[in-house]
Amino acid sequence: MSFQESLDLKKVTSSKTLAALRPGEDAVITGYDDAISDQIRLLEMGLVQGTSVRMVKFAPWGDPVQLSVRGYHLAISRKTAQAILVK
Amino acid sequence: MEFNTSSANGAAAASFSQPQTKKFEARSPAPGEKLSRRVSPPLPAARTARVLLVGNPNSGKTTLFNALTGLHQKVGNYPGVTVERKIGALANANGLPVEIQDLPGLYSLLPNSLDEQIAVTELLRKSAGAPAVDLVVLVADANSLERSLYLCLQILDLDVPTLLVLNMIDEAERNEMRVEAQGLGRSLGIPVVAASAKKMIGIDHLRAAIFTELEKPRSLRQHLMPLPPEMAALCRPAAVWFLHQGLPTARAAMSETLHVISDETCLQNWSAHAQFETLRELVAQARVELGRRHIPWQRAETNLRFAIVDQLLTAHARRGRRQNLSHSEKIDRVLTHRVFGPLLLVLLLAFMFQIIFSFAEIPMNAIENFFAGLSGQVEAGMPAGALRDLIVNGALAGVGAVVVFLPQILFLFFFLSLLEDSGYLARASFMLDRVMAKVGLHGHSVIPLLSSFACAIPGIMATRSIKDTKDRLITIMVAPLMSCSARLPVYALMIGAFIPGTKVLGIFSWQGITLFGLYALGIVMAILAAFVMKRFLAKGASSEFMMELPAYRIPSWRTVLWQMYERAKLFVTNAGKIILAMSIVLWFLASYPKSEIHAPQSENQILQSYAGRMGKAIEPMIAPLGFDWKIGLGLITSFAAREVMVGTLATIYQVEGGDENSASLREALRNDRNPQTGRPVYSILTAISLLVFFVLACQCMSTVAVVRRETNSWRWPVIMIVYMTALAYVCSLIVYQGGRLLGWG
Repeated sequence: MSFQESLDLKKVTSSKTLAALRPGEDAVITGYDDAISDQIRLLEMGLVQGTSVRMVKFAPWGDPVQLSVRGYHLAISRKTAQAILVK
Repeated sequence: MEFNTSSANGAAAASFSQPQTKKFEARSPAPGEKLSRRVSPPLPAARTARVLLVGNPNSGKTTLFNALTGLHQKVGNYPGVTVERKIGALANANGLPVEIQDLPGLYSLLPNSLDEQIAVTELLRKSAGAPAVDLVVLVADANSLERSLYLCLQILDLDVPTLLVLNMIDEAERNEMRVEAQGLGRSLGIPVVAASAKKMIGIDHLRAAIFTELEKPRSLRQHLMPLPPEMAALCRPAAVWFLHQGLPTARAAMSETLHVISDETCLQNWSAHAQFETLRELVAQARVELGRRHIPWQRAETNLRFAIVDQLLTAHARRGRRQNLSHSEKIDRVLTHRVFGPLLLVLLLAFMFQIIFSFAEIPMNAIENFFAGLSGQVEAGMPAGALRDLIVNGALAGVGAVVVFLPQILFLFFFLSLLEDSGYLARASFMLDRVMAKVGLHGHSVIPLLSSFACAIPGIMATRSIKDTKDRLITIMVAPLMSCSARLPVYALMIGAFIPGTKVLGIFSWQGITLFGLYALGIVMAILAAFVMKRFLAKGASSEFMMELPAYRIPSWRTVLWQMYERAKLFVTNAGKIILAMSIVLWFLASYPKSEIHAPQSENQILQSYAGRMGKAIEPMIAPLGFDWKIGLGLITSFAAREVMVGTLATIYQVEGGDENSASLREALRNDRNPQTGRPVYSILTAISLLVFFVLACQCMSTVAVVRRETNSWRWPVIMIVYMTALAYVCSLIVYQGGRLLGWG
């Protein structure tokens, strides 16, 4: 996706969050809840708008969650995942 | 060789280096200079070239560092000095002076933790008097280039000469990833080298590329990747402000503009500046403009750069099957399974401690025999007298008793580096995050705490990756409760002497189980202590868990063996210095003043020596714990380092026993009888009480010093000493007195 395209993406297109995905399910990031902490780091790790992610699994106590994104595995807290909107 | 850098970008980098209290001190630009480049004076001919190794965590940076330097490294030693900078000379450099420095792992130039802060400071040369950086070697995992390229784009904007290494290229090929190194290099305007540090592929090529870069006049470099025109227009006003404040190039100014627009913390770094208000207005305007285009300002830099990264990869790479990821997921089905995952973690640790205990037996006997032989030789070859006494009973007895535990320490480090290098430790953090959060710690605390099994000092330093200050502080405060390798000699001695080796469940023995129990006690107490401290430190919102789970990899044996070697060297030199000195001092204290009567009863001699008197003086205080004056003396000396305890006991028994006592220390402890009652001095209960004391007490000067430095105050180390010692005393008291009430004593 080019920069220009990312400019055109509407901010929030759905209300489904990353945390609602089932293990093995794919999705595309559409936006963020702006109350989210560490947003910059999340973006720097490659979770920018338009990125496709796959939910890999939940940790033994249901938190954190493991994602597959941009060719690597990233674990984030469930709370963070709930603040990332996907479709 | 000459590093002819008399050219354009040299000046760019140079002005970052001046000692500065604030970033980029104001400098009045010469007229017309604004967007042009200046010429820097040539470097002195024979100066050592400085190369920084930068990269994401888990990109194989350290393995590459070892491959490039051929293990010619200067690594600070742990007691007192901390390892923060690993510097090595580039091997096979034909005598050319090139120095490589391994920086902590880094995801972005906007640091998120103390660890990253250190790397960024070094890279931007913000610290006063920082030497010039001649080349940045950026290490990328060829299997997941996106984040590495993000960092690469940020670094290119610094106008420092850069070289990109596509590491783990062998694995990428197996994953059917295709990266066109040359094409990528052309687009980025820098050399790109494919290599595999683990398999030693492409290392010579990389070395040659480093030389070529160092010799290349900087004017020949041209980094590409300009901003899209619209974005550039948006940033220009603030960038011009930065140029007026002395940023060397238009590019650097644009880059800083992007940082301050996207990150409020970064903007606040400039708040001390006299014209900060102007900057803030310019930034606010840019943010409004971004908002008009539906781009939240927080995402300006990341959106822009990842768009470029995506373009680059579309043009120059083909993403393959990502086999390594699917393999990892399969392994994780078991290792991070809801039920089996945590269970396996506990079993794995139990197994590790059992192996440490049972496998080390054979080499231990060999070392024991070696020292016995050495003592025999000295006794045979020297006339009897005080000097021979000093060597045999003081130095050899003390050092030998400690060095015997080298095999166990090697096994411990072998397992720990396997766990770390395979990628398992990150999974442990992933699984335990919730549990840790319950007790006031953080998933990120897991790795520092597990590292503390080796030594609390690297463990405490590893807390730098914890973002939240309070989480970090609590982790630091409880890390020394994790049983470190210096306790292992004491554990092994007491368990070996007093716990029966009866087998349990086939593969385990009571000795192994006791050892595991001691580690477990440390963990439980650390959890309790964290829980209590959490009450006292009013905690704000904790930062959220975020951690890369690297693909499982077979560890590089070279790296594992190297770490074991480093540890062995450290342990032996430590034994050679501190323990030797302590043993000699102790021998003197235990041998003088000589008693008047030359009686066979040496017990009287040692009792009236200086050491005996010191031990006797504190005996009343420790008697309730079941300790006698000998152990008391050991407790005093072991504050220097825990393993000194063993050397102390060895020296006392050797002096007491005289020349004919050649039995091992273990036997000496078992056979020691109270001269009045004739009953054994030490029982199992004494041993357990002593072990509990050693698990919990704060007996390490180096740890105290590191806590002082990392927390930047005396308050925390003092609290640490007090709470740990009190905990140790109370728990030992409960064990000993409770045991006696139950009639075990």
